[in-house]
Amino acid sequence: MKLEQISIFLENKPGGLSSVTKALRDANINIRALSLADTSDFGILRLIVDNVSKAKEVLNASGFAVGRTNVVAVEVPDKPGGLHGILDALTEEGVNVEYMYAFVERSGENAVIIFRFDATDSAIEILQRKGFNVLSGEKVYGL
Amino acid sequence: MIYNEEFETLPREALEALQIKRLQQVVNRVYHTVGFYRKSFDKAGVSPDDIRSLDDLKRLPFTVKQDLRDNYPFGLFTVPMTNIVRVHASSGTTGKPTVVGYTKRDIDTWAELMARAFAAAGLTKNDIIHNAYGYGLFTGGLGAHYGAERLGASVIPMSGGSTKKQILLLQDFGPTAICCTPSYLMFLADAGKEMGVDMKSLKLRVGILGAEPWSERMREQIEAELDISALDIYGLSEIMGPGVAMECIEGRNGLHVFEDHFLVEVINPETGEVLPYGEKGELVFTTLTKEAFPLIRYRTKDISRLMPQICKCGRTFVRMERVSGRSDDMLIIRGVNVFPSQIESVLMDIEGLEPHYQLIVEREGSMDTLEVQVEVSEKVFSDEIRELQNLEKRITKDIKDYLGVTSKVKLVEPKTLQRFEGKAQRVIDKRQI
Repeated sequence: MKLEQISIFLENKPGGLSSVTKALRDANINIRALSLADTSDFGILRLIVDNVSKAKEVLNASGFAVGRTNVVAVEVPDKPGGLHGILDALTEEGVNVEYMYAFVERSGENAVIIFRFDATDSAIEILQRKGFNVLSGEKVYGL
Repeated sequence: MIYNEEFETLPREALEALQIKRLQQVVNRVYHTVGFYRKSFDKAGVSPDDIRSLDDLKRLPFTVKQDLRDNYPFGLFTVPMTNIVRVHASSGTTGKPTVVGYTKRDIDTWAELMARAFAAAGLTKNDIIHNAYGYGLFTGGLGAHYGAERLGASVIPMSGGSTKKQILLLQDFGPTAICCTPSYLMFLADAGKEMGVDMKSLKLRVGILGAEPWSERMREQIEAELDISALDIYGLSEIMGPGVAMECIEGRNGLHVFEDHFLVEVINPETGEVLPYGEKGELVFTTLTKEAFPLIRYRTKDISRLMPQICKCGRTFVRMERVSGRSDDMLIIRGVNVFPSQIESVLMDIEGLEPHYQLIVEREGSMDTLEVQVEVSEKVFSDEIRELQNLEKRITKDIKDYLGVTSKVKLVEPKTLQRFEGKAQRVIDKRQI
């Protein structure tokens, strides 16, 4: 129930981001979700795409350092308290969230939260046990 | 003011007679006591008996810094450790420093040379000398200290750092002279101003400044901001420490080499050929009187030229022009010697880093800054900011630990730093010295 995220190292300079999006467009790769973490000097762009291997290949060819990381996607109703329910469950079990970001599904009824945990497998087990809808990679890539 | 009138004003013929006698002694001694010299003289096909005049000096092979490293730590000492009373060391590649040793008489000679240097700056036993050179393995602090005591002046053994205390003592103890690097004095001047101190009203009269390259423009700035005479002192730990050559306050044009203790040559750094007076090249020194650690034709990599014209101060010693650069890629950052190769080996010790880096040296205000740009390879890349920041911190710490210099690490994208065919240009030095 894991899914793969790719991450890209970016210097803080004009045109950095657009050379990533250009490489992906040229390879006909669709971005499902993204987040950008940054410091004053550099940033890390994290992407969920519809074709992980091909995205890594074309970004490497454009000279980027690309990482692949297992993350977890959880579906929650798009209403007040949706995210809090998940975090509450995780806190009870002592699971630490390294980072997270979210997007809303096309239907508009549900939000999908992408989580990076320090202990991915046990986090998935806990979430499923508590009745949350953990999405498979195939499901998210094809959303 | 001349400290040792007899030697410092020797007529050239008498000086040269003294020099050849001392040269023959030291050449004989190193040949018979140090395996390294015996081998290198034999290989060059020259024996101590071949040295009949000063002109024969050029027949002797050069000694270079690598020879010191190869014989680390004490291999080039000519006396047993029981006769060594002190060692000093300078920073070296990945933690292996260059080690130098002194006998009691060497310390004595050094103290006299530093006393001569202070006297050349117009100081006497009535002066108070604020010594802000670092005390410790670096030769600057203790070298200047012993010279100040020999002169009979009052010495404040301040060492470096503790800016506020430096300013406080400069105000309250009323030193008339200060020893430090020129950039550090500019830093102190700025810091004092920020603290609301009128730096021109201090009793300081003269600065004895060295251990890094500087310029006439910097001298003018220091003199204007502190209302002092700023004089240049030269030395290197391998040869002695500070006090190999000193600018006189009367001439203020080039540094008198204490030629009764050191022979100086200028060579073409490419060919090794000895250049005539007036031509620019690499300084080469031979120690004439050092007991523990004599050096024969030591290549300093410092670029200068020699001026034989008689100086108005009355000293007969030749003058060397202010050092204008290096014949290798050594950088001097806030008084610390840094070779790009040292940074490279620190980087290479970190798993996953690639040997693509660039060094940017700048001067912000009066302080040198060093930025180390390192490419992020996939091996060290992480999707977490914290991990990359830890990498930056680790590189900064390793550079500080091995080289003693503070740097700012900047991670850059892969394959963005220039690649070189042949000799790499790793350094961009933007300092306007």
